[in-house]
Amino acid sequence: MRFIFKTRYEQDSRLIKHRGQLFWYALLLLTLLVAPLVLDRFYVGEISFVFIYAIAGLGLMLLTGYTGQVSLGHAAFLAIGAYAHAYLLAKGLPFIVSLPAATILTGVVGAIVAIPALRLVGIYLAIATLAFLIIVEQVITRWVSVTGGGRGMLVEPVEIFGVALSSPGRFYFLCLVLLVLSLLGVMNLLRAPTGRAMLAVRDSEIAARSMGINLARTKATAFGISAALTGLAGVLMAHHTGYISPEAFTLTISIQLLLLIVVGGLGSLHGVIFGAIFVGFLPQGIALLRDVLPPAVGQLPGLEPGIFGLILILFLMFEPHGIYGQWRKVRQFFSELPLYRKATYKRQKTYLRTERVR
Amino acid sequence: MTSEVLQLLISGISQGCVYGLVALGFVLIYKATEMVNFAQGDLMMFGAFVAYTFLDVLAWPFFWAVLATVVVMAIVGIAVERVFMRCMIGEPPFAALMLTIGLGFLLRAVAGAIWGGEPRSITTPYAGGVFSLGDLVVGYENIAIVVGTALLCLLLYLFFRFTSVGTAMQAASQNQLAAYYVGIPVKRVFSLVWAISALIAATAGILIAPVSLVDPQLGFIGIKAFAAAIVGGFGSLPGAIIGGLIVGIAEQFAGLYLPPGFADTTAYVILLLVLLARPEGLFSTMQQKKV
Repeated sequence: MRFIFKTRYEQDSRLIKHRGQLFWYALLLLTLLVAPLVLDRFYVGEISFVFIYAIAGLGLMLLTGYTGQVSLGHAAFLAIGAYAHAYLLAKGLPFIVSLPAATILTGVVGAIVAIPALRLVGIYLAIATLAFLIIVEQVITRWVSVTGGGRGMLVEPVEIFGVALSSPGRFYFLCLVLLVLSLLGVMNLLRAPTGRAMLAVRDSEIAARSMGINLARTKATAFGISAALTGLAGVLMAHHTGYISPEAFTLTISIQLLLLIVVGGLGSLHGVIFGAIFVGFLPQGIALLRDVLPPAVGQLPGLEPGIFGLILILFLMFEPHGIYGQWRKVRQFFSELPLYRKATYKRQKTYLRTERVR
Repeated sequence: MTSEVLQLLISGISQGCVYGLVALGFVLIYKATEMVNFAQGDLMMFGAFVAYTFLDVLAWPFFWAVLATVVVMAIVGIAVERVFMRCMIGEPPFAALMLTIGLGFLLRAVAGAIWGGEPRSITTPYAGGVFSLGDLVVGYENIAIVVGTALLCLLLYLFFRFTSVGTAMQAASQNQLAAYYVGIPVKRVFSLVWAISALIAATAGILIAPVSLVDPQLGFIGIKAFAAAIVGGFGSLPGAIIGGLIVGIAEQFAGLYLPPGFADTTAYVILLLVLLARPEGLFSTMQQKKV
């Protein structure tokens, strides 16, 4: 067991809490840096995909997990990022300019979307973002001169200062660097006043307002940053597939992102990573499962979404804190080995808190 | 011109009634339990498939098949509440919403596994007939939808107004804790609410099946119905039907008079406009506490 005695206030806001963490994160980073040299090309591509999912999940986590605003429309931000980037590249802008431009554009769109969304709560907000997604989808399909409509558009390969990064091995590093930067950025944000204001808004809007937090500004900031991160993921996704079309950004993707943050663990950055690994590798797990299962079950058409749904339900019913919650329990079990008490994490009995009067 | 408008109006009303019925299911559950059932559309799809089984596979007479469907779906509704939703009481609303999204996926997969992915049609005694008055031609299916919706609304009104169970439900939806205090078995009431809501979904499924074919994707109508429920205020039963009618009629007119692409988005454009003007919907029960 490790006890951290805090003697100064700065210890609360340190990014790295103790030496052990430093060691393990360094080891993880080292493993990730070496991985593409040993792994098969296919798996390198898959891991980059997990990184991209993690960036998008990070965006949604900031909004849903930390600010408490549910969005069913994040696939739209993914699409806006991807299309803006592809369009700018096609217009001849270099990657290094186009990437931040697309990211910022998505962020601005997100902040603008937030303005009407500010007055909405809970389910109203979720459904308004859903409406936004469906409208964006239609706009992409109809605005043929920019987006190519239903035919989709090709994305030019990545090149930074004349160095091609489109091979899976190099693209992997690009994704890794951007993921680490986004993670550090969000960690930094969460210990700053803006991030803390977001947590306060999530936990109680009334209390947050009483403490003098500007609800509208906090929510709009959260929306903007969340959209920007998701847009960044969209940019990378466009490069990963090399081709984008409206079918790639449907409600299913939004729900997958929600699945990611719920299964990973709401309100934790570890959860984003766990969730991204889960969502990224689940299709392959199911493909393997299909071979094992008897053909009558294994060949069912809706098996994959069905299993997605089932896993989501089981997590919500039995482990609302997701994989990260489970991980914490396991860690505590070993660190307190003979003394672990099951009751530590027993869920309290709860009653409905009405949202009708807020 | 006028006959064209009338024709659109009528098909809009019948489509709107289906949205309204599904929206009614959303609103009932939300009012009573403050949970949002995203799987309502999929319940409707499931109900349509059950009706297909009784009508076309087992070839029961229409009346008994409808009755059997309604009973089966009510049991499905109770089962869903008992197995999945009861442990979500007191959890954040977001969690319950996600759970019902998962439930929708699951229902679609189960329906696909049982009945396969290809579209089916239901044979009804009123299929194919048309009612014509001058230039106006209305299919019996469309009339059935409107009449069925009106009947169901009347039944629901009588149920909530005059039976003690209905009154208990109203009490539970207005204030859960107070309902507990006066001895209303709130949990059992919740089961019953889910049963009624599934029953409404089944009716909607039976009514819409002759108009649009039944396949596991039918449930996506639920998303538009959701928009209708919110337009109506998401806490008001008449509001749900009115919201459904607004969305249904607007959609028909947009399909004819506006460029392609608008028909699919009308529901959502209306939704956003209503939310901008009145964030709680047209007929709302929300209150804002001042700080």
